[in-house]
Amino acid sequence: MALTLLRGMRTPVSLRSNTGLFFNVLRPRLSHFTTRAESAQATEPKAVPKSIQLATKEAAEQNTQGFEAIIGIETHVQLSTVTKAFCSCPYDYGSQPNSTVCPTCMGHPGTLPVLNERVVECAVKLGLALNCEISMTSKFDRKQYFYPDLPKGYQISQFDIPIAKKGYVDLDLPVEFGGGHRKFGITRVHMEEDAGKLLHSESGSYSQVDLNRAGVPLLEIVSEPDMRTGIEAAEYGAELQRIVRYLGVSNGNMQEGSLRCDVNVSVRPVGQSEFGTKVEIKNMNSFSEINRAIDYEISRQIMLHKEGQADQIVQETRLWDESSQKTFTMRKKEGLVNYRYFPEPDLPEVVLTTDYIDEISKSMPELPEAKRRRYENMGLSMQDVLFLANDDNVAHFFDSTLEYGADAKLACNWIMSDIAAYLKNEKLSIHETKLTPLELSELIASIKNGTISGKIGKEILFELIAKGGTVKGVIEEKDLVQIADPAAIEAMVDKVIADNPKQLEEYRAGKTKLQGFFAGQVMKASKGKANPVLLNKILGEKLNAK
Amino acid sequence: MPPPLQAHRLLISHRRLPTPARRRLTAVSSLQSAPATTLAPGPATSSILSIRESLLSGERTAANITSDYLSRLRRTEPSLRSFIHVADAAAEREAEELDRRIASGEKDAVGPLAGVLVGVKDNLCTKNMPSTGGSRILDGYRPAYDATAVRRLREAGAIVVGKTNLDEFGMGSTTEGSAFQVTTNPWDDSRVPGGSSGGSASAVSARQCVVSLGSDTGGSVRQPASFCGVVGLKPTYGRVSRFGLMAYASSLDVVGCFGSSVFDTATILSVVAGHDKMDSTSSSQDVPDYTSELVSLDLLESKPLNGLRIGIIQETLGEGVDTGVVSSIKGAASYLEQLGSVVDEVSLPSFSLGLPAYYILASSEASSNLSRYDGIRYGRQVSANDLNEIYGESRANGLGHEVKMRILMGTYALSAGYYDAYYKRAQQVRTLVKESFKDALEKYDILISPAAPSAAYKIGEKINDPLAMYAGDIMTVNVNLAGLPALVVPCGFVEGGPVGLPVGLQMIGSPFSEGSLLRVGHIFEQTLQNFSFVPPLLAER
Repeated sequence: MALTLLRGMRTPVSLRSNTGLFFNVLRPRLSHFTTRAESAQATEPKAVPKSIQLATKEAAEQNTQGFEAIIGIETHVQLSTVTKAFCSCPYDYGSQPNSTVCPTCMGHPGTLPVLNERVVECAVKLGLALNCEISMTSKFDRKQYFYPDLPKGYQISQFDIPIAKKGYVDLDLPVEFGGGHRKFGITRVHMEEDAGKLLHSESGSYSQVDLNRAGVPLLEIVSEPDMRTGIEAAEYGAELQRIVRYLGVSNGNMQEGSLRCDVNVSVRPVGQSEFGTKVEIKNMNSFSEINRAIDYEISRQIMLHKEGQADQIVQETRLWDESSQKTFTMRKKEGLVNYRYFPEPDLPEVVLTTDYIDEISKSMPELPEAKRRRYENMGLSMQDVLFLANDDNVAHFFDSTLEYGADAKLACNWIMSDIAAYLKNEKLSIHETKLTPLELSELIASIKNGTISGKIGKEILFELIAKGGTVKGVIEEKDLVQIADPAAIEAMVDKVIADNPKQLEEYRAGKTKLQGFFAGQVMKASKGKANPVLLNKILGEKLNAK
Repeated sequence: MPPPLQAHRLLISHRRLPTPARRRLTAVSSLQSAPATTLAPGPATSSILSIRESLLSGERTAANITSDYLSRLRRTEPSLRSFIHVADAAAEREAEELDRRIASGEKDAVGPLAGVLVGVKDNLCTKNMPSTGGSRILDGYRPAYDATAVRRLREAGAIVVGKTNLDEFGMGSTTEGSAFQVTTNPWDDSRVPGGSSGGSASAVSARQCVVSLGSDTGGSVRQPASFCGVVGLKPTYGRVSRFGLMAYASSLDVVGCFGSSVFDTATILSVVAGHDKMDSTSSSQDVPDYTSELVSLDLLESKPLNGLRIGIIQETLGEGVDTGVVSSIKGAASYLEQLGSVVDEVSLPSFSLGLPAYYILASSEASSNLSRYDGIRYGRQVSANDLNEIYGESRANGLGHEVKMRILMGTYALSAGYYDAYYKRAQQVRTLVKESFKDALEKYDILISPAAPSAAYKIGEKINDPLAMYAGDIMTVNVNLAGLPALVVPCGFVEGGPVGLPVGLQMIGSPFSEGSLLRVGHIFEQTLQNFSFVPPLLAER
């Protein structure tokens, strides 16, 4: 129930005022969490995948004083299939409430679920990507609870036989957090359906149900309790996001709720084998929030231990509040929740063949971990490697650029500096610009062979990225070919020296710093096209010639 | 006036069947065993065929046929109360439209079910027509779509005449569990029609409609068919799409059919059966024309069932089964022998385990399936101050006693800590039941038993004794657990009511053997002499 409350909270403000025609009005008082959620929403940072924009390295390495934290994460990934999991409704985030619903996803009498095969395909892909064992035969089960956003009164999920289990994920921590390779266990991956959303009225006197999201396919990924710090957990989440984006199974967008992490945190004295009491934290809308929420929670629990109040740590669900940077109790768990799971009788077992799995296996793209290792072997720094592999569009662009013969380090430098800056400014993804890998490789080659200078190269880059075209075309159109003819440069040098007799006199009197002035004048005369090496060589000879 | 029919007389009649020396089977007409007040004694004829013939020949109009049925419906309905909703105006309109199309010579105007009035059990969704499932919580609910079985009937030209009464959501064996009304048995208005498809059985028995759809989770088609003296078919699980059937116990539910003849029942099955992409549990096995093997009486050989191996289930004829019923079934068995088959007694050791397993599984699934009736999106919502109260009050007011009891039982059985002892154990029993049927059906082509341990009993007799009512399902639940097809055909009468009460013979076959069950049922029905299963109600004018 609490979980579904949260779902309601993630509703964008724009939807709240939008009262559709078709929903029944509820009159329960459900809205006392809304304010906090909205504030969380208002301050949530824009998603910046690589970026775990964390405070500082010191914050991550908090003083654990003889305690260690145990962290496990349940992640829900919303699949970007064309239709929902069990009916043929589409799903578009942000569409009019109750506009993408049908009798089946509204739980009308007599309706039956029909499995969207793409969901199985996505699950197998993710299972393979997470190095899991794939269950050749799995089944669906019903998880039963009452809540207004759950139309059937049960969620179709997988209970004892998930489609994938016993896997792991490899990742590299960011260099600014000390770096290092990590391997975290994956307990299981299972398929299930999402619930709708509740829209709470401002007055709190009623709530409305939006069932657009009801029945949208989810994969739930449960990790082993292998993480020890906020940054590890945040990076685990970021790696899952990279993987689902690489696979194309989800947009992994945390703000839209396409990727949601619920974190379990407990603390125990170092050396103790049994786990401490675990606390569940929800409502983190970015990886940075995950990091900070966990680190806060760890210090809260360690503090209680040190003050002899370990019994104050109870099984509960706490909400991260971004505005106060703290976690708050949302609900205490009253014993074991009884979901009365039983096998879903409306759906046959999911039986896979090895051919089917092989087929999917063959179609798998290169995954982030493999890319990172490959880039590392190219001699790129870990900083470069992490940057490039972070976004599959960037990695793909980089790889294509190399296929056209560009040098890896040079291509990486262009992408990480000028291109990245442009993308950040324009809020674009690399594949949304007009620049092609072929032209980037041409640009790099043109500089390398001296056709243009590096400075001109930058100009051309901005031209290409904004307007498109080819390196050759821009060079011709703007007449940017480097002047490398010594005679032409000599003529310009002669003219500049002749035009500035006073400076020449001063130079020859010992003020040799003035060479820069002359070089600038020549460069200006050449409209920046003079080969700088040649220019300086000829200029030096002329200036020093008696 | 002959005395009410006695079971032993049936036995005698069968024994006196002419010797097999004769090439053609002739009727035994010397015994006056049929109730005198009924109409048209003799073998049941196909109403669907005769409607089709009169429409094609122009002898009668659809409007004319419809008006016949509707006037009978209006006359009998005050005492029967088979229908929760009668769509008489719509039926008349559709009939006139059909006549217009026939008159204008439209090709395909006369579909296989053109002008056939069907009654639809009210737990099957009908577009823009009330569909309540017999429950207060769905009072006024009109679905946005037709159940697949209903859609297929309509596409074949059938006219939905109304929605028939049932025990709420199919949970019951008397139709007294309806939130709206109690249906009576056309053979005796002080008795129940059986259930849960009591309205569908009663309506066909009283010829308020030609055929009807029901649903069978634990016997809900077969037992009322037996009680009302009509043919009832429970198809193999998955043979007919469940899409649009309000789920009671999803792994057991099937849509079934009622007719006043085996031929009509076979015709309906041919139309509604088949894979449906909206129901993943529906079978993609080919659907034959189930009527094609139904040979007319005059073409039958004297021993039409030669070579057929029949097992009569020992456990269904013992203690707790009405002696009249036992005699009827034994009589039917020996009659089947006379038709050329070999009948042996067969024991199904797990038979008695089926009933408790059924009630655990059905209740467990029901507790889940009925969660959607929460008053939030449709149906009755009670205004309340908090969420739990909305749920609690809406369901407390909207659901009936029996339904609540089963939800509670099912919730208990599925709860953590009890799951293994109840649900899981019941599934194991289900496997045993399946295996014992499988073994028996390797030795025998069909198995026979009563459809119910007694004939129709009095209204109110078992209403306060749920265990007695549950025990009445002993003959039928095992078949649902095993997912097998079973056909019930009227086979005789026992004493009771003004003219005797009908008894049905249940014939059980292997998965997807509906064709052979219908063939055997048809031969049995067509050759069985001296019985007319038209209730006395229809003679009273």
